[in-house]
Amino acid sequence: MPSNKSVSDAPITQFVNCKILKDHKLQKEDLWVREGVILNPEKLFFDEKGSADIQVDCQGSIIAPGFIDVQINGGYGIDFSLATDDVKGGVTLVAKKVLEHGVTSFCPTLVTSPPDIYHKVLPKIQFTEGGPTGAGVLGVHLEGPFISQEKKGAHPEQHLRSFQTRGFQELLETYGSLENVAIVTLAPELPQSSEVIDELTRRHVTVSLGHSVANLSQAELAVQNGASFITHLFNAMLPFHHRDPGIVGLLTSDKIPSGRTVFYGMIADGIHTNPAALRIAHRAHAKGLVLVTDAITAMGLPPGRHTLGQQVIEIDGLNAYVAGTKTLSGSIATMDMCVRHFLQAAGCTVEAALEAASLHPAQLLGITNRKGTLQYGTDADFVLLDDQLNVRATYIAGKQVWNKRF
Amino acid sequence: MKLIILDGYDQASEWAAKYIRNRIAHFNPGPGRYFTLGLPTGSTPLGCYKKLIEYFKEGDLSFKYVKTFNMDEYVGLPRDHPESYHSFMWNNFFKHIDICSENVHILDGNAPDLQAECNAFEEKIKAAGGIELFVGGIGPDGHIAFNEPGSSLVSRTRVKTLAMDTILANARFFNGDLSQVPTMALTVGVGTVMDAREVMILITGAHKAFALYKAIEEGVNHMWTVSAFQQHPQTLFVCDEDATLELRVKTVKYFKGMMQVHNKLVEPLCTLNGKMNEVKSNSEKPYSD
Repeated sequence: MPSNKSVSDAPITQFVNCKILKDHKLQKEDLWVREGVILNPEKLFFDEKGSADIQVDCQGSIIAPGFIDVQINGGYGIDFSLATDDVKGGVTLVAKKVLEHGVTSFCPTLVTSPPDIYHKVLPKIQFTEGGPTGAGVLGVHLEGPFISQEKKGAHPEQHLRSFQTRGFQELLETYGSLENVAIVTLAPELPQSSEVIDELTRRHVTVSLGHSVANLSQAELAVQNGASFITHLFNAMLPFHHRDPGIVGLLTSDKIPSGRTVFYGMIADGIHTNPAALRIAHRAHAKGLVLVTDAITAMGLPPGRHTLGQQVIEIDGLNAYVAGTKTLSGSIATMDMCVRHFLQAAGCTVEAALEAASLHPAQLLGITNRKGTLQYGTDADFVLLDDQLNVRATYIAGKQVWNKRF
Repeated sequence: MKLIILDGYDQASEWAAKYIRNRIAHFNPGPGRYFTLGLPTGSTPLGCYKKLIEYFKEGDLSFKYVKTFNMDEYVGLPRDHPESYHSFMWNNFFKHIDICSENVHILDGNAPDLQAECNAFEEKIKAAGGIELFVGGIGPDGHIAFNEPGSSLVSRTRVKTLAMDTILANARFFNGDLSQVPTMALTVGVGTVMDAREVMILITGAHKAFALYKAIEEGVNHMWTVSAFQQHPQTLFVCDEDATLELRVKTVKYFKGMMQVHNKLVEPLCTLNGKMNEVKSNSEKPYSD
């Protein structure tokens, strides 16, 4: 059949027999792709008189935008926070492995580390497009070291810092460069945070609040200064209190500038957050919920001892502790597990569960013109799932990059 | 003229779809032998399109060798506007079936020279060998396509200004905002439809009852343009009970009495290769209800 020659000679693929997640609804529609981009079939039909060159039978699968993980510390034995000789190779390995969990792009996350680690590692983790070799890198998520001592969680205390003396300059010197950085998690109660948040936002770095003892008004001020994310809600922050709800209060705050949304990360692994707390957050502010794995080195590895940044952690079932303690140090759940758990625990719609792992993180990063949706003209990064949301196949730029049968 | 009276909208839609299916199958289209089908838009044919899509999905019907000509399109409405007839046809029919885009013809309401576009449309119909079966619906004022009351009964494809009744009726598709409703359209003429070898008009609902009465029980009159088909050698009116409310009992009884004969047109149902579908023809009920 002739495909359109007037606009492009590239072959057109039509995914049929599927339910696609579009406009917040699963719809019985075909998905059309050309040159790695989702195509408007109506325009193709009427304007170009074109038709599909290849038809792919999806056997009733759900097609959702590819998952985006904005907080992942590593996995499969790789720890992004370790300055190994082959940082790139480590990122590439994880990028390849997460494909089977439906992740098509991610933000490699570095936990609190000394400056020399940032200087060594950061330049090596560059923005990359996804493809057959692995999920795309959307920029690094720097979690710390500008965080609270009290809420340091698994972060090594000796490396915590503040920007008290020289503000943004101090942050810049610690990290070396912000060139490859997408997100910075910091504690807004630290002195000079307003200036730092303002400057980071100006440089298009997403500011996330976390590992913090901030009260609600400090958190609201941070949002007014440009912060738009909360790092693993409920974890490593003050517990909700009715007279000062703390950072958690941002979910229902009336001091959020109009037109802005505060997003919040959720580790829906069934361990880091009690299902009831998950439901509270979801019901209070469904549109802001972003599923993150917060996965560590041990994701995909057997139980035992493993390194996380400068520390040793111990895996026991789905729990990962700082060795010798009961402090949770990130999860070993995969993104597709989190989506399934969230669906079941929150009792939300399939659409909501899938959007929490795709649309919302894309909105957070301001990249919905390319990622996180199946709108015409966006990147054809998507995942085929069965009705129980098990991943059947993963596609990046319209090409299959993982398949259950492999 | 045949008047086919079914119980309700669903049955009427299914009957019409079966008829189209059988006509295409009997025609036995193939490379170089295309079945030419005239198509309407609007809410009336929706059920019929749904059934046709079903037949296609079940593998009993193909549109690969079917050429379609749509009746009309608004002037000045962007082609991808959700209320354009391009969008309607795409969303409700074409995207679900195997028709080739080069075989689909819809008037371009944004053409620089509208009359030239209309003339070219007539030429395309001629080049395709004329229309085998023209399916249509009507408005409550008896208009077929956009041939509003008073249209010439020998008219050809042209630009028409819409009647106030039509604009008002269409306002519901434009958030009730009259200023958004297109006031002009390109439409095939009554004469264009009259040239088809066969015409099937779908009429359902009590609000169309008076129009059906005017169409078949009164004389040919350009104020009820659908009445022109009284002069057509092969016309079927497919309607539901509600649409017969204004007809004489005698008329209704006569045609209902002929349903057994008329049902032979849709049974047995033909499958893709023109063979009779034995399994389906054995079913006791000709309609699923």
